[in-house]
Amino acid sequence: MPDIQELQDLVIQVRRDILRMVHKVNSGHPGGSLGCTEFFVALYHVLMNRHETFTMDGIDEDIFFLSNGHISPVYYSILARAGYFPVDELNTFRLLNSRLQGHPTTHEGLPGVRIASGSLGQGMSVAIGAALSKKLNNDTSIVYSLHGDGELQEGQNWEAIMFAAGKKVDNLIATIDRNGQQIDGATQDVMPLGDLREKFEVFGWDVLEIEEGNDLEAIIKGMQEAKTRTGKGKPVCVIMHTVMGNGVDFMMHTHAWHGKAPNDEQLEIGLAQNKETIGDY
Amino acid sequence: METIKTEQVQETMKKYTDQGKQDTRSGFGAGLTELGRTNPKVVALCADLIGSLKMQTFQEENPERFFQVGVAEANMMGIAAGLTIGGFIPFTGTFANFSTGRVYDQIRQSIAYSHKNVKICASHAGITLGEDGATHQILEDIGLMKMLPGMTVINTCDFNQTKAATLAIADHNGPVYLRFGRPKVPNFTEADQDFQIGKAVTLLEGNDVTIAATGHLVWEALLAAENLGNLGISAEVINIHTIKPLDEETLVRSVQKTGCIVSAEEHNYLGGLGESIARTLASHHPSPQAFVATQDTFGESGTPAQLMEKYGLNNKAIEAAVVQVLKRKK
Repeated sequence: MPDIQELQDLVIQVRRDILRMVHKVNSGHPGGSLGCTEFFVALYHVLMNRHETFTMDGIDEDIFFLSNGHISPVYYSILARAGYFPVDELNTFRLLNSRLQGHPTTHEGLPGVRIASGSLGQGMSVAIGAALSKKLNNDTSIVYSLHGDGELQEGQNWEAIMFAAGKKVDNLIATIDRNGQQIDGATQDVMPLGDLREKFEVFGWDVLEIEEGNDLEAIIKGMQEAKTRTGKGKPVCVIMHTVMGNGVDFMMHTHAWHGKAPNDEQLEIGLAQNKETIGDY
Repeated sequence: METIKTEQVQETMKKYTDQGKQDTRSGFGAGLTELGRTNPKVVALCADLIGSLKMQTFQEENPERFFQVGVAEANMMGIAAGLTIGGFIPFTGTFANFSTGRVYDQIRQSIAYSHKNVKICASHAGITLGEDGATHQILEDIGLMKMLPGMTVINTCDFNQTKAATLAIADHNGPVYLRFGRPKVPNFTEADQDFQIGKAVTLLEGNDVTIAATGHLVWEALLAAENLGNLGISAEVINIHTIKPLDEETLVRSVQKTGCIVSAEEHNYLGGLGESIARTLASHHPSPQAFVATQDTFGESGTPAQLMEKYGLNNKAIEAAVVQVLKRKK
């Protein structure tokens, strides 16, 4: 495991990648991406037991599914910086003929991506299928997934939540990015989600919460705890409380930057708050 | 000359005797049972319709490879997509309506766009679902599925062919929509036939008109050809079991000979086989075409035979269409 300073440096660098990617094409989703940066760094560099070379089947390694595909900037940056494809390719985000489509896809053969996502609410079902596949293959690795909290308004999630508990899919850790924001405003105003913990528990999941979802050490601790709860007959849900837009002060605590790119001036402010660490692409 | 033609047609018809009525969905069940015994990568999922889909034997023999998902078709499609990751070949089973329209976006994003090797097996397609009525009778599914890039669309005509197609799609790498039906219909194609995806089967050779039929309408086309033979009209009957990719070569070659065509399907004329044929002919050999299909309408309750009669989907409707299209032939 890399030391915490190395991980912090990577977090800063990934934030810079996110800002520069969406700024360049004046489109994309920085808010949720910034809010999950620490989670992705922890997942890919501490938590997951993964192979260096990407294979679609991901046999004998932990695999991850991004259900809320619009936070592709953080996903692409993490995948590139984890070595799945050249970091310079981040330059092509959302451009014509790029493998880095607006929302992640397998269609262009980008290493690291196993399913298309973007139309919300589908990722948990896919993660369950992959988890069942691992069981059939006697593969004891874990399937991770990430979901937006607003995304849980899609009904398919609740079909999946019912299935995973009912059929004891206990090699799955589904993390909910509980930032309380969605495109039109606060989730509480748009469509209240209620007590998510209680909802998952009533469905039969083992639930734990990470209160400081933008603190690397808290994430690592919480997710390590989640790992110990796998294999015990219940799917595991992590409700991770994050701040949308984390790390760029004017983007924080608001839904305004869900799907909006910074202008030149805003980019400079954001980058000044996150000084280059391991090198820009 | 007319007498000779008639004899030829009748002789050829002998190749296609009804070996006893069976439902196409039982052909699927038989195929799936065989796959369960021969292909350890095949897994099956069902949304609370095991009996209707004839999946009991697979379930009993392979409980670890069978997933009952309950009444949750969207989840079923996503789980099927996920099961391909790790190398499995999932077969999903529910009614055609719930296999397509209800879960279109799940199929579009998680299966088709994601290139997942899922076999969407859909029973109770079309109006012959019968008494349950229009809520369950989908007449738009071929169109929905054929519009998805990379999706193979198959609509089989009888028990034997459905079984053969079920076996064949397991060996095909890519998403497939396999459409079949509820009622018992004549079983007339060969058992253990070699099913080639994308290859049309010319059942009867003829010179005056081509009848290109799919699904339950194939037998009706054979009956129509027999009656037309008695009238001195020589019909070529082609079984289009694969609507996408369409066997354009066989169709164009046939129409180059006959000069006109009738398409026949248990589906809306918008978006169905007929439109695929029309596009092919418009591009390669423009020719008069008549469409035996439903006319942009929902179905209703009734027996399959009553509905086929009322909605113009039987051998009489095909004969009438042939008479009409022959008048437009140059």
